[in-house]
Amino acid sequence: MLGYIVRRVLWIVPVLFFVSVITFVLMRATPSGPFDSFGAGRIAAPGVVAQLERKYGLDKPPHEQYLRWVGNLLIGDLGPSYKYRDRTVNDIVGDGIWVTVHLGVMAFALSVIVGIPLGVIAALRHNGVPDYLATFISVLGIATPSFVLSILLLVFFAVTVRWFPSYGWQTPAHWVLPTIALAGFPIAQIARYTRASMLEVTRKDYVRTAHSKGLKERSVVSIHMIRNALIPVVTILGPIFAFLVTGSFIIETIFSVPGIGRYFVLSIAQRDYGVIMAMVMLFAVTIAVMNLVVDVLYAYIDPRIRYS
Amino acid sequence: MANRTGALEAPAAAAERRSASLWGDAFRRLLRNRLAVLGGLFVLLFIFVAIFGSFIAPYDYREQDLAAVVAAGGPVGPWVGPHILGTDNLGRDLLSRIMDGARISMIVALVVQAVVLFIGVPVGAAAAWFGGRLDTLLMRFTDIVYAFPDLLFIILLSTALRETVFGRALDGLLVVFVAIGLTAWVGMARLVRGQLLSLKETEFVEAARAIGVSDFKIVTRHLLPNASGPMIVAVTLGIPGAILAEATLAFIGLGAQEPRASWGKLVFDGQAFLRSEPHLVLFPALAVAIALISFTFLGDGLRDALDPKLKGKQ
Repeated sequence: MLGYIVRRVLWIVPVLFFVSVITFVLMRATPSGPFDSFGAGRIAAPGVVAQLERKYGLDKPPHEQYLRWVGNLLIGDLGPSYKYRDRTVNDIVGDGIWVTVHLGVMAFALSVIVGIPLGVIAALRHNGVPDYLATFISVLGIATPSFVLSILLLVFFAVTVRWFPSYGWQTPAHWVLPTIALAGFPIAQIARYTRASMLEVTRKDYVRTAHSKGLKERSVVSIHMIRNALIPVVTILGPIFAFLVTGSFIIETIFSVPGIGRYFVLSIAQRDYGVIMAMVMLFAVTIAVMNLVVDVLYAYIDPRIRYS
Repeated sequence: MANRTGALEAPAAAAERRSASLWGDAFRRLLRNRLAVLGGLFVLLFIFVAIFGSFIAPYDYREQDLAAVVAAGGPVGPWVGPHILGTDNLGRDLLSRIMDGARISMIVALVVQAVVLFIGVPVGAAAAWFGGRLDTLLMRFTDIVYAFPDLLFIILLSTALRETVFGRALDGLLVVFVAIGLTAWVGMARLVRGQLLSLKETEFVEAARAIGVSDFKIVTRHLLPNASGPMIVAVTLGIPGAILAEATLAFIGLGAQEPRASWGKLVFDGQAFLRSEPHLVLFPALAVAIALISFTFLGDGLRDALDPKLKGKQ
């Protein structure tokens, strides 16, 4: 097991290497650079651009630039931002990342707390009213893109009944709408998955045995069914968590949440190379680590699984 | 099925059972699933509108009815006058624009799934058939693609290629579609690999090998057709993801450009009039929702029909 974990952790390094090279190449293949426009359509004189590029080392050959970026990354320096000249990429990431993680973790907690019971109840009342209700909710969640859900929440809760503010992140009241908007889709996913997994478990021999030896319904459900049914559900929680932390940029944009998500699109439009690289690497690390955590957790909660 | 009454009927029943092919059986099971049938009907409607939309749409999606906008003092509301679902602030018929959006979404579905099959199937098949080093290499490669944040990759690639011939094809949509496909094939590769690994050990493959059928033929004639059920399900269930990705990109301004009307872009444009004219957001959002639900129901139904053992899984 330990050997497996070590190998998996080591494998993350080449993955990050390739991801960074691909991003670097794509970024440089993009026409126009960070200094082609200075906002409001102002264009710098050619000499100024050349000087700026020399200052940031952009006149050097690409492989040299890449190696310098890697070297700086290894000592924890993500480099300068070309657009926010008074701030480094470290500043930008450091300011926003905790808000993004905060939002992602809250949405994750909400999806698990709502999604799993929804799926369990639906399966226990299979083809009954609760099942149809739960299925209806999860279908709604799957069919409503997050940007549509955000707009609907905004209109109703922020404009019509005015229960929650429509933008910002200052107080817990500000957290409510973005969290719900972000959690809508994963709630549906988890509920669907849990329901299917519970229905599968219902037919298992050990559940019949538990029933026939006279266990109370409640203990059959809680000890034998839910525990086993949740094992496959854990496998989708990793990707869902990664999706929530990395995929919140639409929500952050709509609700003006000061996370790093908004730099996601902005940095590419502005050709702010350092910020783009930082975003891609952050998200790639999150995804790779979450997959590893899930695989390890999976073996831990299901003793039948052994990695070699 | 339950007919076991007389010996006289037995030969007829046996003949009927012989004629029931795998696909025929699956199709009958699919028809018994009401949600799947409903989803399938909406999918057919969606395909029909996507192909013939420009002939049956009440207006051209670019045509501006300025007189109506002036008369209404803004976007025309639904159910009044000749525009059934109203118009946007430029006087363009909303129903016709949604119908053009259906065409964009349909092309997304086709192009993305074509890319997924084109890359995912060969990669998965090669990994399973040759095994060993190649398998490890290809699967590690899928890890890399998987670790790439999807939307970021799509945005980067489409920005990088925007000025090229490829980037301008289909009003700049093709590059976005292909980019979505390039992030989505990993699942198909893993599915094909898994299916083929178990099929590889079967006796008919051994028989085919014994009589000297080439590797390529075994994979394409014997293995892949036997794995086609799960592949069809994966394609169907992949379509809503592709439609959603395109709508999300259009919402942030990538992909369809004026005057084309992708559903995501319609929602984005409608936001500005949300309080006075909510129909501008609601109808395109409804179109997205119906498309996503229909494909999901059809895919779920196909999975249950093609593999009754798996019923309810996932």
